Amino acid sequence: MSTTSIMIVGVGGQGSLLASKLLGKLLTDEGYDVKVSEVHGMSQRGGSVVTYVRYGDKVYSPVIGEGEADFIVSFEKLEAARHAACLKEGGVIIANTQQIDPMPVITGAAEYPEGVLEELTAKGVKVIGLDALTPAREAGSAKAVNIVLMGVLAKQLPIPAEKWLAAIESTVAPKFVEMNKIAFGKGLEQ
Amino acid sequence: MKKLLIGNEAVARGLYEGGADLVSSYPGTPSTEITEFLAKYDDSEVKSEWAPNEKVALEVAFGASLAGGRAVCCMKHVGLNVAADPLFTLSYTGVSGGLVICVADDPAMHSSQNEQDSRHYAIAAKLPMLEPADSMESLQFAKAAFDLSEQFDTPVLLRMCTRIAHSQSIAEVGERVQRDKKPYVKQAEKYVMMPGNAKKRHPVVEARMEALAEYAETCPFNRGEYTGDGKIGIITSGTCYQYVREALGDTVSVLKIGMPNPLPKKLIAEFASKVETLYVIEELDPVIETAVKAMGIPVIGKEKFSIIGEFSQTTIAKAFGKETAVGTTADSVIPPRPPMMCAGCPHRGMYYTLAKNKVTVLGDIGCYTLGAVAPLCAVDTTLCMGASVSGVHGFNRVLEGESEGKTVAVIGDSTFMHSGVTGLINVAYNGSNSTVIILDNSITGMTGHQQNPTTGYNIKGDPALKVDLEALCRSIGIGRVRVVDPYDLKACDTALKEELAAKEPSVIISRRPCVLLKTVKAKPALAVDPGKCRSCRRCMTLGCPAISFKGGKAVVDATLCVGCGVCKQLCAFGAFVGGDEA
Repeated sequence: MSTTSIMIVGVGGQGSLLASKLLGKLLTDEGYDVKVSEVHGMSQRGGSVVTYVRYGDKVYSPVIGEGEADFIVSFEKLEAARHAACLKEGGVIIANTQQIDPMPVITGAAEYPEGVLEELTAKGVKVIGLDALTPAREAGSAKAVNIVLMGVLAKQLPIPAEKWLAAIESTVAPKFVEMNKIAFGKGLEQ
Repeated sequence: MKKLLIGNEAVARGLYEGGADLVSSYPGTPSTEITEFLAKYDDSEVKSEWAPNEKVALEVAFGASLAGGRAVCCMKHVGLNVAADPLFTLSYTGVSGGLVICVADDPAMHSSQNEQDSRHYAIAAKLPMLEPADSMESLQFAKAAFDLSEQFDTPVLLRMCTRIAHSQSIAEVGERVQRDKKPYVKQAEKYVMMPGNAKKRHPVVEARMEALAEYAETCPFNRGEYTGDGKIGIITSGTCYQYVREALGDTVSVLKIGMPNPLPKKLIAEFASKVETLYVIEELDPVIETAVKAMGIPVIGKEKFSIIGEFSQTTIAKAFGKETAVGTTADSVIPPRPPMMCAGCPHRGMYYTLAKNKVTVLGDIGCYTLGAVAPLCAVDTTLCMGASVSGVHGFNRVLEGESEGKTVAVIGDSTFMHSGVTGLINVAYNGSNSTVIILDNSITGMTGHQQNPTTGYNIKGDPALKVDLEALCRSIGIGRVRVVDPYDLKACDTALKEELAAKEPSVIISRRPCVLLKTVKAKPALAVDPGKCRSCRRCMTLGCPAISFKGGKAVVDATLCVGCGVCKQLCAFGAFVGGDEA
């Protein structure tokens, strides 16, 4: 099979590393060649963060360029728009509609653009926008936004839910497994 | 067993399997996890330590090698500048037990202050260097590096870069080799590098490089891949190899260099002779390109591939005239999202005080470098580890009375241990009227919470000797040393004004643990009483991510606020309510 490329984007501290760890475990267990590229350090302090996940028969590059992503999973609305150019024609953006103001917006130096997801949809981009924060809180923690969104992604990939649940069991700390399974289930229901 | 491993974990695994006895490092992105993963092994197998800086770390590794153990030292690219002194002479002494120095470059500067290319060090210090291209190679090269080190009696540099260090790919995990430590034998002529001995060692170094160059021709690290029609040949290494194969598939021939120093000249000449047009694709400096050109072989390199930043498969595809995809973007302007200090960050109160008093701040390396960004804009310089303390002395020596009452150095606890303390000795010894603020958040923050000599814990999280910062500063000769809580704005302001006014060197320790530490419990979140908020925006000058302005009034995001209460002290109208009322 050809390589599938997934980008996970968001704000530093939103839990993208756990999401990529989960995907990496799942796809490796499925027998794919997998590469995951993360960014650590400075940008994790509330900056814009990007994780690349690529899988297939043989994967060379760990990064994803313009027009190459099959899926962009965004933990925040503005970040979906920031990285939209990376989406391939016919690809899907899964975006949490939560708004987190970046510092230039907080200080009044810039404005948070209204309706960016709608703008992308109007241009023919397939966008699945959802409030992932509410189901995450219902599952037990606002931090579970990442796993709710993985549930939404799961519906787009040809891997059965029980494989995802098994991957959650082996990547999440034991005391958070049940909560994350519920969060994943809520994502699947969206 | 096959596992998906981040490059740094694969290096750690390879070093473990290769029989590492000891690792000593100073953390630095993107190298930190190598040492953290090695620290997961029991001390009975690998002894692991954080050292105060890279020079100390490399010298510890030298001692371990001298004692017959297999030793490791890891650092980021700029850390190798700090360790350069022992590095160059270690090339002369050689090793007993294998010595591997892992250095991680950061093209595109994801988390660094410059974009230097560590391969120059391998050439300058006359040391072999290996460069893996994925996690499998990271493991294999790290493991093989010990044997190479002992075979050629030399330290071996293992060069990583961000995209290899922080990318996960599948690696086959093996077993640890069982070996006995080499017995220690006194060999003064080899290990005492005074002129008489060093003169005899230099020819040994040159002969070793010749032997290594011969080894490079047939070593397992370099590989000619004759694919395609022979029209295009590409010499490349590391992550660029992956981009080349991704972009061009098997339409081109590739000479993959896994040992960038010394280069295999015969292999390169042979490869060049078999292709019509030769390219070198390497990130950062034209190291391989320069060597190929010096051999008189025509090659295309930096005129097509930038000397600046990272590449990707798109960079390569475009350079070879291949059509690349164009994505769709929104027309709205997307504001940038730069990194910033966290809500409740203990550095914020001190930076607010510095900005308010319009103080010139010589800054340093760490999370607190973020004090330079808007709206605080409180930092005037950031150069390298420790430069704040040494720099403020030079600044004040030249400007004297003009600057002494309104200039400070700001440095974190770990950075102070790394190389700030020597600068402070200089302040005391040369008697400048300088004020140094140690932002003591009880951890090495930016690199992801590593312990250091001031935290009271070692790399394993076990209790360790804790350096008493106040006593240390006093023992150096600083008469005025005081501690403030940066959550207390009034105390910060008083301390700053008094120490700047004093006519002698002084140290203010701004002490409060990092809010991200698990041991730090958040206080209840604050809220804004909209009836009391007069929209003066004074709270917005703090640059706290938890406070924003909505509908002309300040609003606190309760999911981010940790109740530090700094905004509450700032508000003249008592609009911030709740939190820790005590």
